[in-house]
Amino acid sequence: MNKSPGRSGRKGQGVRTHDGKAAAVFLAPWLIGLVVITAGPMLMSLYLSFTDYNLLSAANFTGLENIQRMLDDQRLANSLGVTMIYVFVSTPIQLAVALALAIFLDRGLRGLALYRSIFYLPSLLGSSVAVAVLWKRVFGAEGLVNQFLAVFGIDGPGWISQPSTALSTLILLHVWTFGAPMVIFLAGLRQIPREFYEAAAVDGASRWQQFRNVTLPMLSPIIFFNLVLGIIGAFQSFTQAFVVSDGRGGPSDSTLFFTLYLYQQGFVNFNMGYASALAWLLLLIVAVFTAINFWASKFWVFYDN
Amino acid sequence: MTTDAPVAPPVAVPPSADRPRTTFRVRSVLRHGVLLLAAFIMLYPLLWMLASSIRPDNEIFNSYGIFVNTFDTTHYPDGWNALARPFSTYLLNSAIVVLGAILGNLVSCSMAAYAFARLEFPFKRTAFTIMLLTIMLPVHVVIVPQYILWANLDLINTFVPLIAPKMLATDAFFVFLMVQFIRGIPRELDEAARIDGAGHARIFGRIILPLMVPALATTTIFTFIWTWNDFFAQLIFLTDPDLYTVPVALRSFIDAQENSSFGALFAMSVVSLVPIFLAFLIGQRYLIQGIATTGGK
Repeated sequence: MNKSPGRSGRKGQGVRTHDGKAAAVFLAPWLIGLVVITAGPMLMSLYLSFTDYNLLSAANFTGLENIQRMLDDQRLANSLGVTMIYVFVSTPIQLAVALALAIFLDRGLRGLALYRSIFYLPSLLGSSVAVAVLWKRVFGAEGLVNQFLAVFGIDGPGWISQPSTALSTLILLHVWTFGAPMVIFLAGLRQIPREFYEAAAVDGASRWQQFRNVTLPMLSPIIFFNLVLGIIGAFQSFTQAFVVSDGRGGPSDSTLFFTLYLYQQGFVNFNMGYASALAWLLLLIVAVFTAINFWASKFWVFYDN
Repeated sequence: MTTDAPVAPPVAVPPSADRPRTTFRVRSVLRHGVLLLAAFIMLYPLLWMLASSIRPDNEIFNSYGIFVNTFDTTHYPDGWNALARPFSTYLLNSAIVVLGAILGNLVSCSMAAYAFARLEFPFKRTAFTIMLLTIMLPVHVVIVPQYILWANLDLINTFVPLIAPKMLATDAFFVFLMVQFIRGIPRELDEAARIDGAGHARIFGRIILPLMVPALATTTIFTFIWTWNDFFAQLIFLTDPDLYTVPVALRSFIDAQENSSFGALFAMSVVSLVPIFLAFLIGQRYLIQGIATTGGK
């Protein structure tokens, strides 16, 4: 990226030396933000995670006590389990639905823009408190779903109030917001040259074979992109579980997302030290899964250049 | 690759004339049928909420339909006044936070993006990589120290913790989006201005900014929607009911639901979604473009 075609004159050189000063000015807000809002707090939270800080008294360095505590923490183990199920069930389903509809919409369909907008809308609303409120009512004992089931004489359970089904309703809410990855898939599909399909058709490839041998490999970088971002995002889900369970992660901790547990420890119980340790555990988990993702991508993601 | 070689015609069109035409039409109708059904199912919960906000409370739990027999518009005034303050207070608070965030993001992110896209400076690659990495950083890792920081500055229960970070380009996603956009603007334009003696401030203000209006629009609309929806930070930094933003107010509404109606709760939920819906209608093009380009290479 260091080709500078019109830059070889003395004038260009002159401006070049000024860049440092200009860059300092243009980057100042970002740099201050990086130090004060991001990097500084990161270091501090790393330090706090080895203390018993509780906001009221000074922080005592407690070494690995918080890690010991994590190992013995049943609720933490449970919340990790809940989060893993949520992330690794809802993300693949969401992407599969997104991909299926993107392919369905891709082939020269009339009204594409309208469908795309309708399917995209829930992604914008999905993280709002209002929709979480709605979900709580839709899947409540007397909610929309059970009213509908009653028509067929089925007496549905209180989906949200039963530990066995509560998490599924949140997974469904997440799947409902498939519009954003779908739009990314649509943009990717548009970049696959039509000739590839024509060539495949000439060779007698069926629809499925075309999907398998043209669409999937050509789209694999975008599937990968959506997968990485989807997993990172899902790990950080908070609002839905918070609202649906009145901030407690119930029933029986069945919707106690990791972030919700972290919030409870830090901002309800003011165990700021322990919450910081949890935050770093989250960062570690996300980093590990992202790394695994990148490693595994070598085997299924194809880049044509 | 783009040679129009005379290969295709004889092989590609062997099937007879009108049979595929009719199957094509049937298929197209079928496809639209499936899509319309899917769209309807997607929107059903929202339509049900809208309908429930204007039907009497005793009917909400007896009707799964979206048609309203008896209109009951009292939920809106009831909900509006159900909390300690009228709902307009929370709308106003949200509006202040959102406007501050938009302004902050527009100024700070565009400045950083200009530096990354057009300026040469030491450690540029490293800085750029760090910037990209911060996009993926979970907010939870920094929220505790941030809380302590703002608490020490006595700024909890002000809008500062929600707006100040935006003025410091912490939404790196937008920096990245703008960098990508600026890279698409021909360098010759800056070069010409440079030869005319313009400095970076002028080039940025007079050439780049006017040309990157689409990227700025995308940023504005995404910032609007994300900040309006944001719950986590607002929940943590705002505990004074007078300062509640819409999401925090809605959630305290749920706590008080024992003595208020579901209709009122739905009504205020609808009110809280209206701005997002409007932003969506106005900014659709930029939203779709913004999200679509993030997937590009």
